[in-house]
Amino acid sequence: MDYSTIIQNNLNSLNYFVPELLLTGLVLVLILADLFLGKERSPWMSIIALIGAAIVLVSVICQYELGSRSIFNDMLVVDPFSLYFKLLFLASTIMVVFLSIGSVELSGRPVGEYFTLLMTLTLGMFLMASSTNMVTIFISIELVSIVSFVLATYLKTRKRSSEAGLKYAIYGAFSSGLMLYGISILYGLTGTLSIYEIGPALAGKGSSELALLVSVLFMLAGFGYKIAAVPFHFWSPDVYEGAPTPITAFLSVGPKAAGFAVLIRFFNVALATGGGNGTTEWLSLAAINWPMLLAVLAVATMTLGNLVAIQQENIKRMLAYSSIAHAGYIMMGTLLLSDDGIFATIFYLVVYYLMNLGAFLVVIIFQDVIGSERISDWKGMARRAPIPAIAMGVFLFSLTGLPPTAGFIGKFYLFAAVIAKGPSFYWLAVVGLLNSVVALYYYARILKVMFFEQAEDEQSAEISISPFYVALLAIFAIPTLVLGLYWAPLSNLASHSVEFLRAL
Amino acid sequence: MDNVLTWITFLPVIAAVAILFVPQTSKNLVRSIAAVFTGLQLVLAIWIYMNFDAAASGFQFMEQVKWIPAFNIEYFMGIDGLSVPMVLLTAFLSFICIFASWGIEKSVKGYFAMFLLLDAGMMGVFCALDFFLFYIFWEVMLLPMYFLIGIWGSPSRTDPDGMVRGGPYAAIKFFLYTLFGSIFMLIAMLVFYFNVQDPVTGGHTFNMLHLMDQANHVGVLDDFNIRLLMYAALFLGFAIKVPVFPFHTWLPDAHVEAPTAVSVILAGVLLKMGTYGMLRISFPMLPDAMKWEYFAYGMAILGLINILYGAFCAMAQKDLKKLVAYSSISHMGIVLLGMSGLTSMGMNGAVMQMFNHGTGTAMLFLLVGVIYDRAHHRQIEGFGGLANQMPIYTALVSIAFFAGLGLPGFSSFISEAFSFLGAFGSEAFDLRLITIISTLGIVITAGYFLWTFQRMFLGELNPKYADLPEINGRELFTLVPIAVIVILLGVYPAPLLDLMRTSLNELVAVVNAADTTLLGLH
Repeated sequence: MDYSTIIQNNLNSLNYFVPELLLTGLVLVLILADLFLGKERSPWMSIIALIGAAIVLVSVICQYELGSRSIFNDMLVVDPFSLYFKLLFLASTIMVVFLSIGSVELSGRPVGEYFTLLMTLTLGMFLMASSTNMVTIFISIELVSIVSFVLATYLKTRKRSSEAGLKYAIYGAFSSGLMLYGISILYGLTGTLSIYEIGPALAGKGSSELALLVSVLFMLAGFGYKIAAVPFHFWSPDVYEGAPTPITAFLSVGPKAAGFAVLIRFFNVALATGGGNGTTEWLSLAAINWPMLLAVLAVATMTLGNLVAIQQENIKRMLAYSSIAHAGYIMMGTLLLSDDGIFATIFYLVVYYLMNLGAFLVVIIFQDVIGSERISDWKGMARRAPIPAIAMGVFLFSLTGLPPTAGFIGKFYLFAAVIAKGPSFYWLAVVGLLNSVVALYYYARILKVMFFEQAEDEQSAEISISPFYVALLAIFAIPTLVLGLYWAPLSNLASHSVEFLRAL
Repeated sequence: MDNVLTWITFLPVIAAVAILFVPQTSKNLVRSIAAVFTGLQLVLAIWIYMNFDAAASGFQFMEQVKWIPAFNIEYFMGIDGLSVPMVLLTAFLSFICIFASWGIEKSVKGYFAMFLLLDAGMMGVFCALDFFLFYIFWEVMLLPMYFLIGIWGSPSRTDPDGMVRGGPYAAIKFFLYTLFGSIFMLIAMLVFYFNVQDPVTGGHTFNMLHLMDQANHVGVLDDFNIRLLMYAALFLGFAIKVPVFPFHTWLPDAHVEAPTAVSVILAGVLLKMGTYGMLRISFPMLPDAMKWEYFAYGMAILGLINILYGAFCAMAQKDLKKLVAYSSISHMGIVLLGMSGLTSMGMNGAVMQMFNHGTGTAMLFLLVGVIYDRAHHRQIEGFGGLANQMPIYTALVSIAFFAGLGLPGFSSFISEAFSFLGAFGSEAFDLRLITIISTLGIVITAGYFLWTFQRMFLGELNPKYADLPEINGRELFTLVPIAVIVILLGVYPAPLLDLMRTSLNELVAVVNAADTTLLGLH
């Protein structure tokens, strides 16, 4: 290939790279603005961050007109699938900016770097969702990870926070190494790094099953680390507990969704053939039954997450394990390799964004007032602060998956996709649903503490909730309820995004 | 009147929303709103009763609107002779219970809002004809029930055996049991969805009428083992609600810890959902599986266990409310037994028993509430000689007890007799021995009710209760209408029987005619 074509391709691609360029610009603007405005806790930084994010949001929406297109010589792709994720990432980023504005934990800390890092993280997630080459996949995952380490330790004077960051970095480095090794083996087997070419290359040659198994397992370590799937989940409870709560909320939604974006793209495009409507067939990899392997991981992930969550006394740790469990549920959708499954996955991710961020918002509100993360300190909150308590009820029921909340619809689609695969997957649906019964137990415990137990006298004063927080709660709680009754708009958008996944 | 089923289902929701806008201090306004709206609901139910054509087959008052077209989910409502008695029962008891809850002082707004949501969920279950919609209503009931037991039930306490008991414990136990059951229903529902063809579009469907038509069953539904598994899954979901032994242990806890009105609804309406689900879903959709003898005999034997075990447990109770709770288990066993024979008589008896147990047990729980409000305990041994002190109350209790033990002249005599006779005369299966043993339950029931009556109302008056006030006007208002129905239907059951006969006979015919070639029996 001659260089002028490559350069020409790269230059043409810039038109399709506008949101990422804008994000990069925003990062630079934030760094510069920090020099002039960041000395005090100035609201200007957050305003700049929000305006910038809004502009990026508009540019992402504009990209819907472009259809699917591969850019930068097949390094990245712009398609409705990646745009769907980008919208989700931006929604998370914007909400986390809001969460950070009010957070007592973060007050007195430099905000400039904070928002700069947040936007860099968003850029990394954008690239993850678009990557179609093992190199860009790796680089974007690293970008997200390294920024996450820094954000997790943002409260550097707090011991727990530093410890969390260190653990996060060590696990991250380890799993990145494994993943890189996996990629190199795959390259050795196929001679290509583009995920579009890996499938045909594997199909063409009779490559070694063992080498392929090892390579994909190693890559799973990288993906599994991002989505916090068992057995790569060990970092997550500590990090969730130690990180500032807005960052915990963000990590539980954004990077996790990005991890699923990569996972879906890699397994569907590189390791599967077929496509179009209906189900895709797994590329025959001899004796290795990939769906079952992933199914076992999914079951282990949700079961461990749920069982350990029962014993947690710290609300953030409990939500961390609940988040692990949810990764297990969501994996059920990805491993089916059917359009239904992918649709259910990306539908669930949006629902999960609403209910999980909502739950963390309540944690932040209560944490600021009572200065504790212990569940038992939430006694009588239903009386002291009825609005957040009721909203928490909505989020927790949604996380359990009970109607009439969005969480039920999300789970319904996931399990419907599993059942649609036929009797060989019925056991997975049974195990998954049994897990939601277990989950009910610990979610309901929070409700029990808030609604059924009385606060001790000295702390039974009513808590006034600022209108700002009430508005934020409404932003999460109302869609959680409305999507439980009428979800056609979201499901249409999600199914539209799935159709384009293999269109190239 | 169009959309009558939508109105009857969602009137309580309107009331619940209205209540949220009432200031916390105007408690009587909140109660009045609830009373007016449930009153309207009762009027609608009576209107339905008057306009329902009992002789016609199939569903009536149908409403069908597309809800989520991409998944072929519909808002599809309709009722037949099986649902109408349940709709009447729900509307009637909900109205009564608003008055039984008049004395609630703690978070009045929250209580009535939750109660009305519960009402809407129950009504929806009996009206839904789309399986997805049915499931939504089924699950929606759990949330208000959880809070009603947890917040307004008895406070948490530690029993002498070191176990934590009380409202919160009972609430989560109820919640976990029921959710455990309903996940199996969800799986069966999804298997139906993907393996039933909409005869019009050829796509997947949740439409119950399509699901009932065996001609639409394709795919794995042609595999008899799958059908058996699905039947078992559905049975598990419904059996926990009934509750069938050994899934019954949530019931005594929930009933004892719940406030009176909630116990009434729980026993009066919620338990019927289990058997209603079997008759609405399992029987017509998987009739061949129902005819599998292991399931039929299994159901009869579980009915037998419920009857005897429930009765013996009731006899052992010291707490009056717990006694009533166990008597529910015993009486629901009669419903199971009546259904399992697959005879017209047994089926009619079973559904009548559902209705009659609903009214009878409601009365019992209300009466327990009356004495508890006065004496602040429910220990049977703690009373004695109340007959002189509270003669009107005693009269009502005797009506409820006699109805409970199935004395002729009271409604449950007819339904119990029909159920036993139907099971005994079953042509499909030989249930004679099981039925004979089951009838012993009646003797035990008579035993515990009469024994309790003797201990509480006869003999010497406990001097502590020498100034116990007689039952008041509000309480009479809740009890007398039920007593009238209990006696009326005992003397003249035709209005109830005529209502359901056509639909139930069709159901029996469908199940008996089921093509059992897949079983390899014929």
